[in-house]
Amino acid sequence: MTPQSTFMVLAPIILERETELRQLLDSMNRGPGQVDPNNSLLPFAEFETLHFARFVILDDKTTEDIRVYGLTPRTYPLYLAFLGDVDGDANAFLGKLIKRAGKGLGKIFSCCQGFAPDTDLFDWMKQHDAPAIAVYVNWRGRTVRQIREEAALYDALENYVDRNHGTLHGLRPRELHEKLRTLVKAEQSAGRLTLSKEGPTPIGWQIKNLLHMIGFPMLGLLLSPLLLVAAPFYIFALRRLEKSDPAVCPTADQKHSENLSSFEDHDVTNQFSAMGSLKPGLVRLLTTSVVLKTVNYGARHITRPGRLGRIRSIHFARWVFVAGRERMIFCSNYDGSVESYMDDFINKTGFGLNASFSNGIGYPRTNWLVRDGCIDERKYKEYLRRHTLPSQVWYKAYPGLSAVDLERNTRIRQGLGMSSITDEQARDWVALL
Amino acid sequence: MSQIDYADVQGLVRFGYGQMTSASYVLVRVKNADAAKAWIRSAPVTTAVAQKPPPKTALNIAVTAPGLKALGVPESIIAGFSHEFRGGMGQESRARQLGDVGKNAPSNWTWGNYGSEPHALVMFFAEEGQLDSSIQKARDQNWSEAFDEITSLGTSNLDGDEPFGFADGISQPQIDWEQQLERPCTQLGYANVVALGEFLLGYPNEYGKITDRPLLEPDAATTGLLNAEDAPAKKDLARNGSYLVMRQLEQDIRGFWKFLYEQAGGNIADANQLGAKMVGRTRAGDPLVPIQAEPIPGTDPRTVTQNQFTYESDPVGARCPFGAHVRRTNPRNSDFPGRRLSALRKLIIMLGFGPKGFYDDVTSSVRFHRILRRGREYGSELLPEEALQLAPPNESPRGLHFICLTANILRQFEFLQNAWIANTKFSGVTGESDPLLGNRESLPGCPVTGNFTIPGDGTLRRRVSGLPQFVTVRGGAYFFLPSLRALRYFASA
Repeated sequence: MTPQSTFMVLAPIILERETELRQLLDSMNRGPGQVDPNNSLLPFAEFETLHFARFVILDDKTTEDIRVYGLTPRTYPLYLAFLGDVDGDANAFLGKLIKRAGKGLGKIFSCCQGFAPDTDLFDWMKQHDAPAIAVYVNWRGRTVRQIREEAALYDALENYVDRNHGTLHGLRPRELHEKLRTLVKAEQSAGRLTLSKEGPTPIGWQIKNLLHMIGFPMLGLLLSPLLLVAAPFYIFALRRLEKSDPAVCPTADQKHSENLSSFEDHDVTNQFSAMGSLKPGLVRLLTTSVVLKTVNYGARHITRPGRLGRIRSIHFARWVFVAGRERMIFCSNYDGSVESYMDDFINKTGFGLNASFSNGIGYPRTNWLVRDGCIDERKYKEYLRRHTLPSQVWYKAYPGLSAVDLERNTRIRQGLGMSSITDEQARDWVALL
Repeated sequence: MSQIDYADVQGLVRFGYGQMTSASYVLVRVKNADAAKAWIRSAPVTTAVAQKPPPKTALNIAVTAPGLKALGVPESIIAGFSHEFRGGMGQESRARQLGDVGKNAPSNWTWGNYGSEPHALVMFFAEEGQLDSSIQKARDQNWSEAFDEITSLGTSNLDGDEPFGFADGISQPQIDWEQQLERPCTQLGYANVVALGEFLLGYPNEYGKITDRPLLEPDAATTGLLNAEDAPAKKDLARNGSYLVMRQLEQDIRGFWKFLYEQAGGNIADANQLGAKMVGRTRAGDPLVPIQAEPIPGTDPRTVTQNQFTYESDPVGARCPFGAHVRRTNPRNSDFPGRRLSALRKLIIMLGFGPKGFYDDVTSSVRFHRILRRGREYGSELLPEEALQLAPPNESPRGLHFICLTANILRQFEFLQNAWIANTKFSGVTGESDPLLGNRESLPGCPVTGNFTIPGDGTLRRRVSGLPQFVTVRGGAYFFLPSLRALRYFASA
């Protein structure tokens, strides 16, 4: 299995060059939200291990919100974030990226502080690396290559089945399965279809993964006596905060909201980037860290492929602290419109949403960390919309395919690999076509 | 919780005015605000109070965001209405989300295009033979000074069928007027009773919350308004009001039946059957899945034989395809897959370890996405048999003046239109949008959106491809249907 990894470069922009940077980024698009995958600055499409990528200017307009705590907002630099999700090792990917598109990247990053013409791109990018505290991958191990091969397989099967519907219609599921299995084998031998074997799982990754799998609960176990003692104090402190923390959910500015919309719904998948400040104090910081580490653990070791809780529409997601521990950004790639995305979250994973986002300033009031909060649906949606940033450039390697499509195609391929199949399995498999 | 004052609610929210078989929708722009206000003040607006005998004519008024502005409502108050209402249906990004591209694009609309939206919609309803006189009466001196008429949309009475020839309007949500229902956090069975606040502003919705709306400071001008339930110190401009979505949907009846007939190899019974699969009901309105014994809360006793069903008995869509129009627009599901669940089982499902099947739990819970339909057909009746014949020259168009009421356009109408009707990825299917309403336009990576899949029951699915566009959007706008009190407030000099 080839595991997926993520990268994120986070660098302060030279303010005098912000306009130039925005123009550069716009030049990579055909229109808002529609990247030219072969644009000359960074021809995304040439990188066969890249799932998603985006450039976002972290123009956070909500830093003033901290005044509700009687604190004076800090002046933060304006950051540029460049992030992506890739197959295999991220560093190896960045190396390839620099080799092919170093010039374009240099042009973009020259609008950031500390980047000179003679700067070593790789070193600079690593210096500005912003690791995620939590990452979600819809289907660990499924590479771009696999996705494309399986999509081609699906198309070929559908084509064949449509052309031969008359003869295939009467077949029993197992017969049909067998027939299509034979067909695909023939297509493979003829070189018309490729279904590559899964690559080896890197040993280093396996060890790290195992250590993480055991380490996190071990740590919890070791700390449990301490946690037990601390729990009442923690709960007391949290409840006090929950009762007093102000909710700041004014209606999002109409222009801002309309601008965001212009970037959305050009593909069946959309990008989402939301940024905000954490509520002040150690309790909130600790809560955020523990919740997100838990989310990360669950997403990595426990979730069933294709699902985050009940949600099946997220391809990749991550939470990242932005330069320090005061502000966070959440980035995801999801299917459907933003409204259905938020509804899915509220109705299916409201508890998780509350636990992870309620530590942000202004989040609708929660109780016991996981209750209420986003159930105040309008407030929550305005809150999120207000914190959403447009992604100046956004790339997806497989336009037109939703996460559910990918799951169907994978299931079809998996089913084809079964030489013996029960009647029930065959029925389910045939229903995928 | 206060008792609802029906005299403050426009009649259209509570009644479809079925016995008034004639109706006309007049779209106007305000040219003189004072005259417009004077006309509104004198207009005999029909309320939701049940009358015996029922009135012979009815009149209801709705206003767009530009219309409020034209009436002199301050921008700060308009800003309290929802984004989508203020932005309008014809905005480019919104049009893309709603599937209003290609032939449906707002630039092709005969009314409602961005920048030339109507200001108000005046709806006239009357028993047969009384419509013209009631409209004439309304078009008084003030009217002609007040308004430029954009268009007057006539309607026709097809005796409960929609223009393709299928029984329509069978399923409507039942409004919880008395607000007696407890709103559970998670609803484990499909119910047809929907919170009042899903349709009327100012009341708790399915989340138990009151939707955002303009709340005004009490002063001399606002004394006539009710206080807000959730902010008693404020005046609730939108209380007892609703958003009204209107779309003129032209239907190609001949194209529809011709396509079905060709697909059926010239067999009219098979054509009817394919039509039923696409609609999700037979022409008589019968569902394609069996009626269940167990009652569904909120089902009108008169429609049990056509409404007491869910798709639980048809998890693979073998009887009623996932893509069928009525299954897309009302999947009749609940908040959780499965029923009568223990707390542990619920937790297991919540964490993602519930049903494993590909088609399991892939559709959003319907109770947050219900709409109240109040539209009417237009154009003359054309039976399927007639539809197969050659069209006479200059045939008048036919279609539906779609109207629906919601308290949240985005979560109800737009979600339905975007995520369920226009979506080419609904419920795990791909390459197809609503068989009736889809625009068949290609998307990046999805060159084909004109398929329709009829799943088999343990056999290979049947796929109908090359569906032409049967329905074209000709116009549309988002309106606010104010309470009587709010109308008086808008019309006060």
